[in-house]
Amino acid sequence: MKALRSLIDKIKPNFEKGGKLEKFWVVFDGLETFLFVPKHANHNGVHVRDGIDLKRTMFTVIIAMIPALLFGMWNVGYQHYTAYGEASTLMDNFIFGAIKVLPIIIVSYGVGLGIEFLVAGMKGHSINEGYLVTGMLIPLILPVTVPLWMVAFASAFTVIIGKEVFGGTGFNIMNPALLARAFLFFAFPAYMSGEIWVAMDPAKTLVDGYSGATSLVYFDEGASALTSNISTTDMFMGTIKGSIGETSTLAILLGGLYLIYTGVGSWRIMTGVFAGGYLMGLLFNFLAGSAYPGMAVPAHFHLIIGGFAFGAVFMATDPVSAAQTNRGKWIYGLAIGAFTVILRVFNPAYPEAMMLSILFFNVFAPLIDYMVVQRHIKTRLKSAYQ
Amino acid sequence: MSTEVQSATVIKAPSEPLFSKKNIKVLKDPLSDNNPVTVQVLGICSALAVTTQVMPSLIMAISVIFVSAFSNLIISAIRNGIPNRIRIIVQLVVIATLVTLVDQVLKAYMYDVSKKLSVFVGLIITNCIIMGRLEAFAMQKKPWPSFLDGIGSGAGYGLVLLFIGVFRELFGSGSLMGYKIVPDWAYEMGYVNNGLMMLPPAALFLIGIYIWIQRSLNKSLVNVS
Repeated sequence: MKALRSLIDKIKPNFEKGGKLEKFWVVFDGLETFLFVPKHANHNGVHVRDGIDLKRTMFTVIIAMIPALLFGMWNVGYQHYTAYGEASTLMDNFIFGAIKVLPIIIVSYGVGLGIEFLVAGMKGHSINEGYLVTGMLIPLILPVTVPLWMVAFASAFTVIIGKEVFGGTGFNIMNPALLARAFLFFAFPAYMSGEIWVAMDPAKTLVDGYSGATSLVYFDEGASALTSNISTTDMFMGTIKGSIGETSTLAILLGGLYLIYTGVGSWRIMTGVFAGGYLMGLLFNFLAGSAYPGMAVPAHFHLIIGGFAFGAVFMATDPVSAAQTNRGKWIYGLAIGAFTVILRVFNPAYPEAMMLSILFFNVFAPLIDYMVVQRHIKTRLKSAYQ
Repeated sequence: MSTEVQSATVIKAPSEPLFSKKNIKVLKDPLSDNNPVTVQVLGICSALAVTTQVMPSLIMAISVIFVSAFSNLIISAIRNGIPNRIRIIVQLVVIATLVTLVDQVLKAYMYDVSKKLSVFVGLIITNCIIMGRLEAFAMQKKPWPSFLDGIGSGAGYGLVLLFIGVFRELFGSGSLMGYKIVPDWAYEMGYVNNGLMMLPPAALFLIGIYIWIQRSLNKSLVNVS
């Protein structure tokens, strides 16, 4: 550590104003603050600051994502070997998964951070850590077979159109990682849906009766098809097909608990999303008819299928694009959960409704906040004049 | 006294040359600083709908130039005879006549393109750019500048349409004007056409990027519109 510090101190004058490499100050500053606590002091007046800054917040979220990431890597290998009917150990699965997943993560970070560095250099402000979480979220919500150039394309799109256009970290109106996924979903539908969830090897032969689709396809066939094909335990543990990080509800909940414990993720939003989905599922069970077989799917299935848990814990709670008021968070969460179930049941074209409903309510979040505040003002005025 | 009246009738505004500086400005402004789509934000709807390929965008652009130029000319010529209360109806009759003309010509000579443009040729009637130019320009100005303004506004609209059309066709179907641009080996290497480009949101992104570039080049446009 000390050697690193002295190295940085030694080369620092080159980057400061008037130095040889003045142009690269942004990059240098970004790396220095990444490695060490910055010593920037402000020049006018005292500010009381909390110890938790943007960087620590971002790292907390990354730590919370580790269970889902590790499980995702294992599951990539597990699904691969299962598809060919081969026996494999825990390590086999894990190594196979790591080989497939790590390039996606590297591309996502490389392209996204590259653009952030470039923009920061152009605008002359320091690099902030906003992309650290986005760069990890993007791989976790993509299928493992996605071509790397698409990952690069989506990362570039989301950083430029989703964030920098609006003014950078903290100003985006939508969740950047979901925007990347939505972009790929609409731009390259053949690579984002269908039988693409397992890393294939053309040299080997598949086992009999293999199906490459996720459990979401059974929605249109109704509850019995769902329950007879996949067990509830599998869905909860996550040994099913799906995007890299979204399959294991258990691993995601572990991360969610850590987020709630540290106070980084809002428990109101998470609870709201789960409650909204569950209640809407119950309502549909009650109303179930023959026209829409998806209505009869047991309510708790909605919560462990597809990206529901991942969206609730990591996506809906994004502090920038979510509602800010406490009551607004409840409304926002409940609406996302309910809307997801509605879309899943009534619109077979978009079985993965979590992405769309979170983006939809990202747009509505400021409106929800506005209404909550206005209502509060009204009630306070009423009691004041009585 | 009498001499004064005589001299007043003699003094007429000096006749302007056809392409005076003012008229050129009227013609050129809508192409950049006063673009109907990106600055006045009019006519967005058809810009999203018809721009999946270059050919329909081009035909649409020419149709709008024709309609806006001649409706401006006609309305400006009869502007003093239009009762103010029913001017919108009179304007609509003129526009609708011209649009029907365009529609029939397209159906007769370019049936394929006409089918692709479908309802959007008819909807030129409701294109805000044309009504806007009639109300804002042709009702006050003489026929010749009005005609130039119509051509300019239509061309400004067409310019944006072509920009969007080129990008959408190139990335959405790998061709331009129906000719393949992206070579086969690229597809074999794993290149895939971008399906988003075929959907209307792509046009919205592209218009946004166009506006972004335009305003970063010309700071005086920032926060106008």
